[in-house]
Amino acid sequence: MISGVYIMNSKGEVLSSRLFRSDIKRSISDIFRVQVVSNPDVRSPIITLGSTSFFHVRHNNLYVMAVTKCNALAALVFEFIFKFIKVCTSYLGQLTEDSVKNNFVLIYELLDEIVDFGYPQNSEIDALKMYITTQGVKSDHAITQDSSKITSQATGATSWRRSDVRYRKNEAFVDVIENVNYLMSAQGTQLRADVDGQILMRAYLSGMPECKFGLNDKLVLERSDKTRIVDDSALGGAVELDDCQFHQCVRLSRFEQDRIISFIPPDGEFELMRYRSTKNVNLPFKITPIVNEIGRSTVEYTIRIKANFDSKLSANTVNLRIPTPLNTTQVKCNAPMGKAKYVPDENHIVWKIPRMQGQSEATLTADADLTSTTTRQTWSRSPINVDFQVLMFTSSGLLVRFLKVFEKSNYQSVKWVRYLTKSQGSYQVRF
Amino acid sequence: MSTANTKDKDLFYKIDLSETKQQLNDFNKRDKNFNNLKLVLKRILANVTMGYDLSGIYKDVVQHLSVKDIQIKKLIYSYLATYAKHRPDLIHHPVSLLLNDCADRNPLLRSLALRTMSYIQLPYVAHSLMDPLRHCLSDADPYVRKTAAISLCKLYSYDPALVEKHSLIRFLRDLLADSNAAVVANAVAALCEIANKSSNIQLKLNITIANKLVNALDECSEWAQVYILESLLHFTPQSSHDATLLIERIATNLQHSNSAVVLSSTKIIIYLFNYIQNQDTISHYSRKLSPPLITLLSSPPEVQYVALRNILLIIQRRPLVLHADVKIFFVKYSDPIYVKLAKLEIIYRLTRVENYREILAELSEYATEVDVDFVRKAIKLMGRLAIKIEEASDECVRVLLSLLNDGIGYVVQEVIVVMRDILRKYPTRYIRDLPVLTAQIDHLNDVESRSAMIWMIGEYADMIPLSHELLDDYLFAFREEHVDVQLSLLTATVKLFIKTPHQGQELVPRVLAWGTEEMDNPDIRDRAFLYWRLLSSDPNAARDVVLATKPTISTDADRMDRSLLDSLLLHVGELSSVYHKQPTAFIRGAKVRYLPDSPCLDTHARRAAQTASARHEAPTPLPSVPSPDVAVGGDGSGGGEGAGESLSVSVNVNNSAHAPAPSPTSPTNPGSANDLHARPISVAGDLLPQHLTDGGIHAANSNRLTADFGRLSVGGVGVGGMSPSGSLGVNMNEEQHANHSPHSPSSPIYPDAHSHSLHSPHSNSTPPSNTPHGAYTQLNPNSAETNDPSNPYAALGDAFDDTPVLHSRGDHNDSLLDF
Repeated sequence: MISGVYIMNSKGEVLSSRLFRSDIKRSISDIFRVQVVSNPDVRSPIITLGSTSFFHVRHNNLYVMAVTKCNALAALVFEFIFKFIKVCTSYLGQLTEDSVKNNFVLIYELLDEIVDFGYPQNSEIDALKMYITTQGVKSDHAITQDSSKITSQATGATSWRRSDVRYRKNEAFVDVIENVNYLMSAQGTQLRADVDGQILMRAYLSGMPECKFGLNDKLVLERSDKTRIVDDSALGGAVELDDCQFHQCVRLSRFEQDRIISFIPPDGEFELMRYRSTKNVNLPFKITPIVNEIGRSTVEYTIRIKANFDSKLSANTVNLRIPTPLNTTQVKCNAPMGKAKYVPDENHIVWKIPRMQGQSEATLTADADLTSTTTRQTWSRSPINVDFQVLMFTSSGLLVRFLKVFEKSNYQSVKWVRYLTKSQGSYQVRF
Repeated sequence: MSTANTKDKDLFYKIDLSETKQQLNDFNKRDKNFNNLKLVLKRILANVTMGYDLSGIYKDVVQHLSVKDIQIKKLIYSYLATYAKHRPDLIHHPVSLLLNDCADRNPLLRSLALRTMSYIQLPYVAHSLMDPLRHCLSDADPYVRKTAAISLCKLYSYDPALVEKHSLIRFLRDLLADSNAAVVANAVAALCEIANKSSNIQLKLNITIANKLVNALDECSEWAQVYILESLLHFTPQSSHDATLLIERIATNLQHSNSAVVLSSTKIIIYLFNYIQNQDTISHYSRKLSPPLITLLSSPPEVQYVALRNILLIIQRRPLVLHADVKIFFVKYSDPIYVKLAKLEIIYRLTRVENYREILAELSEYATEVDVDFVRKAIKLMGRLAIKIEEASDECVRVLLSLLNDGIGYVVQEVIVVMRDILRKYPTRYIRDLPVLTAQIDHLNDVESRSAMIWMIGEYADMIPLSHELLDDYLFAFREEHVDVQLSLLTATVKLFIKTPHQGQELVPRVLAWGTEEMDNPDIRDRAFLYWRLLSSDPNAARDVVLATKPTISTDADRMDRSLLDSLLLHVGELSSVYHKQPTAFIRGAKVRYLPDSPCLDTHARRAAQTASARHEAPTPLPSVPSPDVAVGGDGSGGGEGAGESLSVSVNVNNSAHAPAPSPTSPTNPGSANDLHARPISVAGDLLPQHLTDGGIHAANSNRLTADFGRLSVGGVGVGGMSPSGSLGVNMNEEQHANHSPHSPSSPIYPDAHSHSLHSPHSNSTPPSNTPHGAYTQLNPNSAETNDPSNPYAALGDAFDDTPVLHSRGDHNDSLLDF
């Protein structure tokens, strides 16, 4: 398993390190620095030298790196690194060089608690916060008093929640966030259109609430096995999900049996589930690019964008990045909506539309002037990329039907739901 | 301890040791909450972090262990973990304090002390730990028990004999039945590691225990789930029914959001497939595997990468998985390069007659991207597709040729190389496209593409107009060329000559003269001599040999050996599965895993496992079939293990006489383990020959050698009879009479060229030598040739002509199937 964990800055200086096994020396980080940090062309997140493997993840200019000497579970090591970053972020606000140095003792303490002999143990933030605190000292006395509660929490079946949570107002917020992956070929055919969805929940609920959660899905996890589908198409507008994955707290066996998502939520924010949908994806934007190379000196762009959703909704921060040839000198842009300008450093025209109403459309025209080059290098056209956010819209058509909360004390709870469809670097049109 | 807005950053300066010592000893009773002491200790730790040596104040730090404050203890424990080893003489005092803490009322403190002590690797500590460890293993608090389980594992890796002597391992076995899932998981993780390290302890789970473990899955943390799932590899199903039931229960975990859980579940399901007879069950669950694997592709790129490398293995063994999902693997422009390359391989595997058009269109998009490696690989794959799917070849060639128009250097080079292979597969289909290819002759800067071009010119010498002039251009710089290119030139010139003698007659003598006289490289020399003698002795035989029909190439060698594949699938999610290498190839002392035998093991899988284990000199023999409830192996002598075994998990401590495996210090594959030591293995290199690192190239070359050697041996007798003595004699002669032309055994007879004047290779420059004939007749290769002129040489010619070995067959341990 993991032999050691290092946090390094962008120069490769070790900010914090913990060795869990004696099969490596602390100075092994020097090798990593030579092989990865000072190597401009790193082509793998895992590097193996002899028997020693380095796994690294970059985060805010830091390297978080784990070393192993065995045939380690690579997926587990990466999941651990991401989880560790998440725990640190929750404790420190954000994980940066300064915050690591300012809280190095805390980081040691966390690492010791999360990992033992290279085996990740308990990474539930809620349980950790019971006995590793940043607020001065939760007095030793208190920790001694609560110790058995802490230990049972840290090893128990619901390690993600303590039972003594109290809120005056019981509320739960559900965020459905969909990331659209779209790729259109230069010929206008759709190569790929699918949705990666996330359901985030912020639960401010007292006690040990038992939650049941329902969507308008018809789960097609087993397309071959029709009998097990609970929601039938008679419901109308049911969404087909190709796959879903759940937070630790969801009872998977229950879900397997009767397709009910039931769980006791952790306190505060967590990702309840992830899903994927490939059927009937509603594309929020239609892009029609016309790009002509006129001779060797000019490229003409006509890019039309149409918002393909209900006119009552609107999209925020629609950003189009339109690539230009490397030898572009200047670009004259004419955008009827938002602002478009040429960014020479990135070789892109960036067209920003702060707000775009559903069903509206706009057309950008631009002329790029090129310098004549000696080498006849063709222009490798990277795709046009569109980033956006559309509130209260889901590309998959997914809706939350209900969220029921049951608790011993039978309190009333208020539930809120919000939808967001977005894209970050995954909505692409080739031309 | 540290308040949220501390500026601990300010502690990072080098401290003065004597001053710190002073501060530590000026311990003041009035120090409220020990704040000053804490500050000093923190400063010390900051210095430890920066790598300064602080062993000098060991005693002064450790004395504060008696302070009743958890934070202080934690700080000092951190210090101890680093420096205890430096001062073994002073360990007694801290150990006695730690032992006190091990018996503290507070379970958190108990486990903290236990954890710290077990990190200190000193004989005295290990011995003192035995008793408290035994107590903690049966502590009332689960948190302590789970810490104790891991501590035992630590101790075992430090001093296995001590642990076995105190027969502590049975405690771990008991913990498998613990009421707390977290404890069970740690116990099982410890057992797996111990069994993996030890030469005489084997872990076998029976169906009862396996079911218990699976029951615990629902209640434990994501990490614990992974440990439990991994341990199920130690369970060998005895009936198809057992395996099916287990799969049904594990399949639930495919829905977990932690990719490690998903991959471990996948691993176990695929493992259990081998024990299921009902094909419908297998195909049902194969289909169920696809969606979770696809979902992993929306994880961070590092995780995606691990998933993709595993998917590549899985789809080779279980083609039903992801059968119809090729589009998911289309590359995103923003993917990191390692994800892109990994996706490409999968795309290639998933291409079939039904979808090749779509994929070809996609690949041609990739060929215009920026990253050179990626572009080259995309082009390579088009070539492979043309060879793999006959229907696709026309379309592939069309796309490939269209890429030539852009005139980008590396694209052109790669296309030429790929076209050579396509021509080898379909020798007559694309002759009309040859002029387009030869038009690119000036763009080829790298060795491989030049070799490929020269091969094409030679192979189609009679169809390419002015082929002799093209070759002549290359020959101009013959002496400066890379060896590979020189070899290609040699062969191509001879081919040209045989096909169109009037065009080659001028070139051949020149090349052979260079090859035999001026080149140091033995291969070039040997081959030049060989051609020469062949041409001079029997022109018709020469034609038969040089122009013999070659077996067509196929993409079969892309397929991974079944036993290797089965074995790698037992490592899903592990580094092995990322590199597609056996763990023995890069981990010292690693064990090879095989599918354990059982009445319900699939017969093909059994055969593959047996051949594989035979190949590896059986480092761990196929475990014999245990009867369902009683575990096999232990002779019970290992420290009271046998007694009172109510649980039938057997942790068999065999004594050395029964040790089934060689000791872990002698790796099963010492050669490769040593070779790879300290050499970087990178998977990017794995995929791309031009990026191969030392270790990789080494392996690839040795493969190539074995491949050629295998073929050569067909004609072994003939070769052995002639070549060594022949060339040796000539070499000696050469040195003695450097200014003569020593080798004109008899004037070469040119096929179909009798009307022309007969040239010896050197007739233009030096007159034929007058050295006594007798010396030559003895060593004259003709004597060997006449023995059996046709047979051995056909084999030889083939081996030579195939010089660019397309893919390494031979040792399948190595997945360097060069694409």
